[in-house]
Amino acid sequence: MTVLHETPPAAPSGTPPAALSGTPSGTPSGGPPGADTAPRWTPVCAYTDLLPERGVCALVGRHQIALFQTFDGELFAIGNHDPFSGAQVLSRGIVGTRGGSPVVISPMHRQAFSLATGACLDDPAVAVPTYPVRLADGAVEVSAP
Amino acid sequence: MRSSDRLPAGAGTRLVVVGHGPAAARLTEALTAGGFAGRVTVLGEEPRAAYDRVALTSYLSGRTAEDLTYPVPEGVALRLGRPVVGIDREARTVTTADGHAEPYDTLVLATGSSPFVPPVTGRDLPGCFTYRTIDDLDAIRAACAGARAGVVVGGGLLGLEAADALRGLGLTTHVVEMAGRLMPRQVDEGGGAVLRRHIEALGLAVHTGTGVREVVAGPDGRVAGLVTSDGETIEAQVVVFSAGVRPRDELARRAGLAVGERGGVVVDDGMRTSDPAVYAVGECALHDGVVYGLAGPCLTMAEVAADRVLGGEAVFTRADTSTRLKLLGVEVAQFGAAEGALDVTFMDPVGGVYQKLLVSDDARTLLGGVCVGDAAPYDTLRPFVGRDLPAAPGELLFTGGPADLDVPDDAQVCSCNNVTAGRVRAAIAGEGLTDVAGIKSCTRAGTTCGSCVPALRKILAGAGVEVSTALCEHFTHSRAELFDIVRVRGITTFSRLIAEHGTGRGCDVCKPAVASILASLGGGHILDGEQAALQDTNDHFLANIQRNGTYSVVPRVPGGEITPDRLIVIGEVARDFGLYTKITGGQRIDLLGARVEQLPLIWRRLVDAGFESGHAYGKALRTVKSCVGSTWCRYGVQDSAALAVALELRYRGLRSPHKIKSAVSGCARECAEARSKDFGIIATEKGWNLYVGGNGGFSPRHADLFAADLDTGGLVRVVDRFLMFYIRTADRLQRTSAWLEQQGLDHVRRVVLEDSLGICADLDAQMERHVASYTDEWRAVLDDPDKLRRFVSFVNAPQTPDPSIAFETERDQIKPVLIPLEATR
Repeated sequence: MTVLHETPPAAPSGTPPAALSGTPSGTPSGGPPGADTAPRWTPVCAYTDLLPERGVCALVGRHQIALFQTFDGELFAIGNHDPFSGAQVLSRGIVGTRGGSPVVISPMHRQAFSLATGACLDDPAVAVPTYPVRLADGAVEVSAP
Repeated sequence: MRSSDRLPAGAGTRLVVVGHGPAAARLTEALTAGGFAGRVTVLGEEPRAAYDRVALTSYLSGRTAEDLTYPVPEGVALRLGRPVVGIDREARTVTTADGHAEPYDTLVLATGSSPFVPPVTGRDLPGCFTYRTIDDLDAIRAACAGARAGVVVGGGLLGLEAADALRGLGLTTHVVEMAGRLMPRQVDEGGGAVLRRHIEALGLAVHTGTGVREVVAGPDGRVAGLVTSDGETIEAQVVVFSAGVRPRDELARRAGLAVGERGGVVVDDGMRTSDPAVYAVGECALHDGVVYGLAGPCLTMAEVAADRVLGGEAVFTRADTSTRLKLLGVEVAQFGAAEGALDVTFMDPVGGVYQKLLVSDDARTLLGGVCVGDAAPYDTLRPFVGRDLPAAPGELLFTGGPADLDVPDDAQVCSCNNVTAGRVRAAIAGEGLTDVAGIKSCTRAGTTCGSCVPALRKILAGAGVEVSTALCEHFTHSRAELFDIVRVRGITTFSRLIAEHGTGRGCDVCKPAVASILASLGGGHILDGEQAALQDTNDHFLANIQRNGTYSVVPRVPGGEITPDRLIVIGEVARDFGLYTKITGGQRIDLLGARVEQLPLIWRRLVDAGFESGHAYGKALRTVKSCVGSTWCRYGVQDSAALAVALELRYRGLRSPHKIKSAVSGCARECAEARSKDFGIIATEKGWNLYVGGNGGFSPRHADLFAADLDTGGLVRVVDRFLMFYIRTADRLQRTSAWLEQQGLDHVRRVVLEDSLGICADLDAQMERHVASYTDEWRAVLDDPDKLRRFVSFVNAPQTPDPSIAFETERDQIKPVLIPLEATR
């Protein structure tokens, strides 16, 4: 799931509500524990640390999270673990589009994963987790369970 | 032909083949393919299995006997070095020279022919040879080593091949031909004159209208010269007789089989001799008064005989003896009849082109043709022999005729394998073929002499086969088209290219391809600006990703030459960072198991010691292997190590459609394995031979000789152009081997050596820009804090190593502990 920094998206059903960038609506990481549905946000880097269409990996707790900024500035976060090779490498894949939707392509065996849903587009039985991500005061924050 | 309900045919039959040449090889292959259930025994005279005699001369330019040898089908008992000396037709046995009697139910004679050597004094002197077998060629090569001049007796097709061979072996070469012109069987007087000018321009001396009076010996008892029948003495240490062949019918003759007055075992349309249990095929057979010396008819005979043995009813009919070949760089072709009511001739003495069409008296029906210098009409018009011309004859010769000539379905396109245009079209449609390689494997067309390949290409195009050249869903262009767009329009960013010429935001196919194009055209550091996001992970981290997400480090070791001090540095770095160390096939050292954040630390040490990136991670020049060459090796004739170092430094960092590998060998022993490389160089006494298009990998391919005896400057210029032309025109991830097959060796030669496209100056300039602008990618990264910051496992914990990476020890080195797969399903 994603959080836009410019226009509010419709929240996909069954997922935590999305938030606008710069208008943090969740509880920052380390803050008082909130309700079960409120994500705990962890700042991981500055927005300017990200290159468009080039991923980075953030370590949040024991989660390795691949973070991407697409060409139009949108942020996405999915698991870094490549289910086909077992290696933590999805953040190092090439970012592009397939049929108009943003994807990252595994640098190992070249399967495409949707940045929006985590679904593997080359094997419908496989998906990687997605994480809420937002921009807060120029910082990129992600929420891991 | 045979109906399949008779299978299995021949059960219990003992079939014996006498002789193992191309016709015998095709016979056994056809029998096996037809499901022959009997026992096949082949008794060969030569110590080696059948090989391709059409390509014999290529043995001297580097192809090995193994390259030329036909595969022997499983189940065929092949006994080599066992000449047959007698046939007992009553007992149905053949006797070999060692006294063994082999029983047969069916016998096939495939004894071939022997070269005719005119009965002149001195014809048996040491230094006299014939030109038929690999052994002949070995002996000629050995004799040429100490010789200055050679004479070929016979100026026909094979004689000119032999002359080409002598010239290639460094001899001043003469050709003596009894008839008034060269290749009298294939060309007429006008064509012969043009051909002679071509041959003489190459430095060969041509003596026509004269024969041999005697071969004279020197004081050492070896050949010293040849006296022609008009009294001229030609100094020569080597004489090659190539004055025609005679069918080897002596076995048949002794066994009482019918033979022709002028030789040849008489056969009927089913290749049966006068004894129904005995067949004859190939050059020893006499069919309808004709003995054939061309591969095509001989192979057809083998197929007819095989079909008959299998119970079929195939017939052999008077064969097409059309010829198209390239001798000493000159195209020569003849097709159809040698005479017609009318002829239309095109003659360009300056360009050395002679083309003649023979037509019926109403000028509508094509009867035949002769071409010298440019055989294009052969490709387009041969299938029209005996049919209405597709356009006026003059138009056909001057303009090449309409571009979309439609070859009729029943016209033969491949005469070697008797394949019609209709059969090719059916295969294209039925099997969904998209290239010539597919047609070859499906129909055999084009597999013997290859002269019909241009015609196959036309049929392919005419069949409307559209092979999508679109790079991916984002670009409808091929890589070569994108290269031209980027080059001509001066585009420097992917974003502009895809906005103006593509759709979407790219993928793992087009992004690295465009990154490579930008880099080939001098786009600066591959991690500058937007380019960084185009690179795959290897180029992005300037290292090769391994299965556990670590990377390997390969410093450049030009030519494989390394000082002890640098070797120690590599050892120390590997030890200090705990890397697995292995010597590569490219004569350098691979250090494996480095985490992303270790890469800059490792490279700091290497760069400080004078190393630079080896580009093992890039689609770029990898290595130029070498042997030690003449400096150390007692066999070496040139300094291969120095050339390898110079070439590796010249082309280092050159981004290309795929990786490029090279090697330089200091002598013909070829210890550097140059012929398995994209461009390989082998030293000769006079300079360097350049081979191109070699490959290991999935589809191994021996490199083709591209240019011979180049000096170092000339070699570099040719390699510059070859590489740049490849970079401009190849598909993405297309190695030079596949690219060369697609472009055609002759075409690439013309572009690179003769500048047929007028682009060589441009290619040269492009390579000069590359050489002048080269910088070490790793040093540039170490000097740039912005780029260095990317070398971390975690953006929010730059010092933290990836906890998922672990190693264990095996044979005293690290190996990855593999993470169990837990695909989220």
